[in-house]
Amino acid sequence: MIEAEKAPLVQVRHLKKYFPITRGSVIQRHVGDIRAVDGVSFDIYKGETLGLVGETGCGKTTVGRTILQLYEPTDGEVTFDGTDLLSLSGGEMRRMRRRMQMIFQDPYASLNPRMTVGSIIAAPLEVHRVAHGKEKQDQVQKLLEIVGLNPYFVNRYPHEFSGGQRQRIGIARALALNPDLIICDEPISSLDVSIQAQVVNLLEELQDHFGLTYLFIAHDLSMVRHISDRMAVMYLGKVVELTDRDEIYLNPLHPYTQALMSAVPVPDPDVAESRQRIILEGDIPSPADPPMGCNFNTRCPVTIDRCFKEDPVYLEVKLGHWVACHLVTPEDD
Amino acid sequence: MDILMQINGLTTRFYTDDGVVHAVNRISYAMEVGETLGVVGESGCGKSVHALSIMRLIHSPPGQIESGEVWFDGRDLLKVSEGEMRQVRGLEIAMVFQDPMTSLNPVYTVGFQIMEVLKLHQGMDNAQARERAGELLAMVGIPSAEQRLDDYPHQFSGGMRQRAMIAMALSCDPKLLIADEPTTALDVTIQAQIVDLVKRLQKQLGMAVMWITHDLGVVAELAKKINVMYAGYIVERGNVRDIYKRPRHPYTIGLLGSLPRLDEAPGTKLVSIPGLPPDLIALPPGCPFAARCVYRVDRCLDEMPSLEEVDRVDHTVACWRWEYVMGRKE
Repeated sequence: MIEAEKAPLVQVRHLKKYFPITRGSVIQRHVGDIRAVDGVSFDIYKGETLGLVGETGCGKTTVGRTILQLYEPTDGEVTFDGTDLLSLSGGEMRRMRRRMQMIFQDPYASLNPRMTVGSIIAAPLEVHRVAHGKEKQDQVQKLLEIVGLNPYFVNRYPHEFSGGQRQRIGIARALALNPDLIICDEPISSLDVSIQAQVVNLLEELQDHFGLTYLFIAHDLSMVRHISDRMAVMYLGKVVELTDRDEIYLNPLHPYTQALMSAVPVPDPDVAESRQRIILEGDIPSPADPPMGCNFNTRCPVTIDRCFKEDPVYLEVKLGHWVACHLVTPEDD
Repeated sequence: MDILMQINGLTTRFYTDDGVVHAVNRISYAMEVGETLGVVGESGCGKSVHALSIMRLIHSPPGQIESGEVWFDGRDLLKVSEGEMRQVRGLEIAMVFQDPMTSLNPVYTVGFQIMEVLKLHQGMDNAQARERAGELLAMVGIPSAEQRLDDYPHQFSGGMRQRAMIAMALSCDPKLLIADEPTTALDVTIQAQIVDLVKRLQKQLGMAVMWITHDLGVVAELAKKINVMYAGYIVERGNVRDIYKRPRHPYTIGLLGSLPRLDEAPGTKLVSIPGLPPDLIALPPGCPFAARCVYRVDRCLDEMPSLEEVDRVDHTVACWRWEYVMGRKE
């Protein structure tokens, strides 16, 4: 895609979400914050898949939920198709949500066990008063067909389905309102390898067919690189690098991205033997007490003095390649 | 190389209210001294149950090791007394489990739990055990190991807990370490640390390692030999290069095809395997993969193939149609 043709569907600017830590049972004193998302900015273009990767606790799920305003942001802006979501009233936001849906990680927990598949998929149609009666039934059947399930299953309950099939039900529910944006929050991590491929292929087909935009959140880098057009890497509440999927693999600039890429196992003994691995030491610090300066400085193999004093600025160092690192300087052009 | 363990026709079943679960079905293979074996397969393929059967840790009822032999160091582990088996566990074969959060006891310090093993198996007194436990924690790369002995498991991160579990498993210098999905619960940078650690320790201590996983990527880096399991059967077995470069079983091929690779050219579509694994309560009489297999013929539905040698002695596959899969026959 040429730069000028890209129109952002979602614009996230300086987004922050802090969860307060409180002490005391009656009078809750505010003693600190978990900085789950700490100043994140990126765009999601129409029709693209933006992959969001990072390790446990880096805030990637919170970013997804805060975009949908399921969490109220502490600070920052989220613009969806030109509308500032934070300025909307409750009712307006509810109407806006029709256009943005979510697929959850755990297909065992995200489907109500006491509802039939038909009523699960029909729920969004009812809530938003889009269809009722015969029309609603027809739509549900059509949705089941679209996600590759037998429409005959409409009166069954979630426990009668396997994990992969349940995830298809979750996808059908997300598609019900014909949304523009679907936030996929680790949609395949709880599935077996051969089933993962089935679900990913389905998501890709649906995107082609309906022109969907995805924010694909996952920790499996190989899978995210497979499905995404561009990828953003998060570490401890911040996006450290964002660029297209080839650039991030061939030319990662942030030391964390480099280590992350090198740590991903490749199912090929020849590659495994020959490639250089960067093994990071230590663990991710607590987001309640991030280190001074760059928050990667406790594990970074290439720190300089400045890394411990100043937080690096998130800059576009090359066209479409954003990095937050003191050691990476913008190219002149 | 000397044979460390020889398994013959191991079969484990679970007698549940819903029916008999055929978890492990007549598996046979040998492991050499110091070898690294990768056991791969999806959930419910019997890879963990087979390891627990070797250790005789199957809860009975409902579980039952039906038949088979596990020859280890000159004796059949399935025939020895429970007392002798207790000596084997920990001393000769040690195991590390998937979830480091639940395999450590939260009410005792990490040091206490490592020392317990040393006192029990090695007859050390408190002071000796404490010193050795400190050395072990240092060996697995825990900083200021001596002080961390007095920490409780919740004060350790996930990666550190798995390191502590490995320290405990290695405390008695086992000949075989069974690692059951040891890195599945961990993040990728921490997984790389653990894989690196096990490789280093193996070189240092010369033990054999059985690495059980669903992640074909991890074992490509570690293992020398691979067993691919499906529905309780070993469907393919061979050297790591043969399995990854020249897979012969349609399931292995499907599994490798459904895996995206970080280094792949973008735009390739994943080859998914249609359908689901069979219900282990109602296994089909023939090949368990037949229902999902594109090479299926009538014989596959009726008869289970046994492991047969393909090109090389040490590459075996259980498939009636392997020559067609390879394109040797049209």
